[in-house]
Amino acid sequence: MTVWETVIGLEIHVRLLTCSKLFSGASTTYGAEPNSLACAVDLGLPGVLPMVNEEVFRKAVRFGLGVNAEISRCSVFDRKNYFYPDLPKGYQISQLYLPVVSKGELEINVGDGNSSKVIGITRAHLEEDAGKSLHEDFAGMSGIDLNRAGTPLLEIVSEPDMRSASEAVAYMKAMHTLVRYLEISDGNMQEGSFRCDANVSVRAQGQAEFGTRTEIKNLNSFRFVERAINHEVERQTDILENGGEVMQETRLYDSDRDETRSMRSKEEANDYRYFPDPDLLPVIIDDAYIEAVRQFMPELPNAKRNRFIQELGLSAYDAAVLTGSREIADYYEAVLAEAGEARLSANWVIVELVGALNSDGLDIRQSPVSAKRLGGLIRRIDDNTISGKIGKQIFRQMWCSEDDADTIIEARGLRQITDNSAIEDMIDKVLADSPRQVEQYRAGQKKVLGYFVGQVMRASQGRANPQQVNGILRSRLKN
Amino acid sequence: MTDLHTLSIVGLAEGLRRREYSAAELTQHFMERISKSNTLLNAVITLAEEQAAATAEQADVRIAAGDAEPLTGIPLLHKDIFCTDGIRTSCGSKMLDAFIAPYDATVVARLSAAGAVMLGKTNMDEFAMGSSNEASYYGPVRNPWDIERVPGGSSGGSAAVVAARLAPAATGSDTGGSIRQPAALCGVTGLKPTYGRISRYGMVAFASSLDQAGTLSADARDAALLLNVMAGFDQRDSTSIDHPVPDYTAILDNSLDGLKIGIAEEFFDAGLDDGVASQVQAAIRQLEVLGASIKNISLPHMKVSVATYYVVASAECSSNLSRMDGVRFGYRCENPKDPGDMYARSRSKGFGAEVKRRIMIGTYVLSAGFYDAYYLKAQRVRRVIADDFKRAFDDVDLIVGPTTPETAFTLNEKASDPIRMYLSDIYTIAANLAGLPAMSIPCGFSQGLPVGLHLIGNLFDEARLLNVAHQYQRHTDWHSRVPERFLQEIP
Repeated sequence: MTVWETVIGLEIHVRLLTCSKLFSGASTTYGAEPNSLACAVDLGLPGVLPMVNEEVFRKAVRFGLGVNAEISRCSVFDRKNYFYPDLPKGYQISQLYLPVVSKGELEINVGDGNSSKVIGITRAHLEEDAGKSLHEDFAGMSGIDLNRAGTPLLEIVSEPDMRSASEAVAYMKAMHTLVRYLEISDGNMQEGSFRCDANVSVRAQGQAEFGTRTEIKNLNSFRFVERAINHEVERQTDILENGGEVMQETRLYDSDRDETRSMRSKEEANDYRYFPDPDLLPVIIDDAYIEAVRQFMPELPNAKRNRFIQELGLSAYDAAVLTGSREIADYYEAVLAEAGEARLSANWVIVELVGALNSDGLDIRQSPVSAKRLGGLIRRIDDNTISGKIGKQIFRQMWCSEDDADTIIEARGLRQITDNSAIEDMIDKVLADSPRQVEQYRAGQKKVLGYFVGQVMRASQGRANPQQVNGILRSRLKN
Repeated sequence: MTDLHTLSIVGLAEGLRRREYSAAELTQHFMERISKSNTLLNAVITLAEEQAAATAEQADVRIAAGDAEPLTGIPLLHKDIFCTDGIRTSCGSKMLDAFIAPYDATVVARLSAAGAVMLGKTNMDEFAMGSSNEASYYGPVRNPWDIERVPGGSSGGSAAVVAARLAPAATGSDTGGSIRQPAALCGVTGLKPTYGRISRYGMVAFASSLDQAGTLSADARDAALLLNVMAGFDQRDSTSIDHPVPDYTAILDNSLDGLKIGIAEEFFDAGLDDGVASQVQAAIRQLEVLGASIKNISLPHMKVSVATYYVVASAECSSNLSRMDGVRFGYRCENPKDPGDMYARSRSKGFGAEVKRRIMIGTYVLSAGFYDAYYLKAQRVRRVIADDFKRAFDDVDLIVGPTTPETAFTLNEKASDPIRMYLSDIYTIAANLAGLPAMSIPCGFSQGLPVGLHLIGNLFDEARLLNVAHQYQRHTDWHSRVPERFLQEIP
């Protein structure tokens, strides 16, 4: 029986975070009144000309440096010609022949997360987004909203290096994390700021040449990417196993039915008649510009993860979780700066904070407890002012108030009791009140120790240092 | 006051300053001339009476305040390819018959800011594609020298209004000769500056890498005044060039002593009409008399310029005109069934035959499998042609020849023969391909029809072109000839 191998390449469209559009001064704000953010240039009125927004090149170069790619010293815009009602000029300004970024790579985690794989990046080019056709609200007609028209996109084209849907998802997630680390995109998938097309083919294991591929359009969630690819692999494998031939075509994923269906065949494909846009000059990027951008590069996810493991002594799992997004990494590092203890801080962020956020359905950016306040709490645990258990109580109180840990500790008198004689007094009283249990313990029922600890903690309202309580109890009971 | 139209811009501005007449009166004078003769010439397709009156009033205020610039209060017309805020910009096409731009082209805005008074918009070949002005949705323009003949194109309306002195000047655009060829056929002074000298923002694009705005005026001195205002970098046009703008009137009076003029044999080929040739030869002798020396040069790739042009210009126009899709503005067919039907029928009916021909040529040359053989090759040839000129300008200061192979032809003579029509731009196209500044100035008549002398300069050498043209015009009077019926007050 033939063993089939899947080959996947992704084209990811990332909307770049800029105030104004790629070729006009109109705002890129999402969700405004239709056509209120479309100026004469975006509308493609007769006579208007495009004007390049320099910021997109800064962001594209940042991306290029982030994937260790070549930055084109000369970058040219081309026209991609086709008619569509929400494409105002009848062509999209894109880059075909000289893209701004080429030959990069991105490392992803595969398998159980403990091994890694490098995915090649063929190229990344700048292009303008189209508008939107609105079919619902107009009987017998379509509405056109051109607010999105001209919004800058970076299209990142991978090599066909992925061999499964889960690798494709891992790549897409790594890319999503990266662009947000680089602050070149908000990565908002609901708003279409991060979406992808998947090129999928299947071949017999060991076969050198690729099988015929299909392109699945416009996948805007990690889950859809995985399901669409798996579905498509199954469809292609069925065809091949039945002796058929896969047709080269563009397919659309229908998330409601969980299937892909044909959009257009190779024969129906547009001839885009690309040629250099004569309205725009080549953009020259020199070394000084690249170096200036490099100076402001943040630490990238993979480097940060390695540093967390090697310098902070975190586990691989904790390091991966804490570098999973720019926001959680920034939060963790701010907690650490305040608390001073890396592993305790990691544990608190991953377990208590993320748990509380999840149960309230909040994003880390919306956390009611700031990193500084959480760090202050962890510092008090680390310096034995309070126990971890009391810490959790205080954390719950912080969640619903603006108070910091020290204020709550003082106001509620929660400072841990570490004075040996005070603890001894409490222990002596508990032992005196529990003669039967003392008998049992001395008769060999060592688990009764827990009862005594509980009594002492209760007597101290939880404030006695548990290690000291344990130690003193054991020595008292020996006698 | 009745012969104001015989004055140049310089003369009119002097009269305004001396308060011999107001800008409002001047505007009124030319408005009347237009309304009396436009039925005959069909040169003006939109009049902006209210706006002109208001602008003239503002100009009078500036003049009274002593705040006048050289163009303040001067009436002029814009080719209908320049977008004008609130006033129809049709480009001579049914497609844009109802299009009103919400903004002014940079050329329009600059001239307005200088105080010029826009009287209206001139007729043109549809989307500037044509050499006879017969390809206009609004009908052909007539040549004021002989109304059975064409004025040339595509800026035929602008050339005709200046020739008939319906306005002292008009703007034009030149992609392959569209200012210079009608200037020659109508006996007026036409200037196409260096590519990138004047902003293209708001000038409806035909072929972006070739289009350049320019002027049609009675003489070179007026052209210099207009260029002073129109030239300059515009950040909204990435292809406009940030190069210093000199005062173009500064060296007008320089002597031509020591001037080296190149004569290329390629401009005096078998297709050149004898009558035109003899006038041009006489003009060259006149330049020699004024101090110039003549050197024979060669531009060996001139012969492929027309073919190169029709590949590059058609390719660009096929893409530039895609935005005329009936969706957001412009003509839309009745009851479209779906987007494809809407595009097909709106564009089939909205565009004229010549425009459709060029869109089809352009679509073909950009198609997969043909791109390298046509478009890329044409761009390479273009560089070779530019190199020919570069070499020539190592030895000479400017190149002189005929603007057109023949004088104005009759209506319908070439309308059904595109190749013959295209060849009427055979001498002008190369300057566009190389981005060079060029002028056509009147240099005599052949059988009663004007002949144009073509001057091609080096990049950004407009001041020298204007200097040579002005010196020639100081010693000749061809440029001040006006057809008899338009010379006097029009009855």
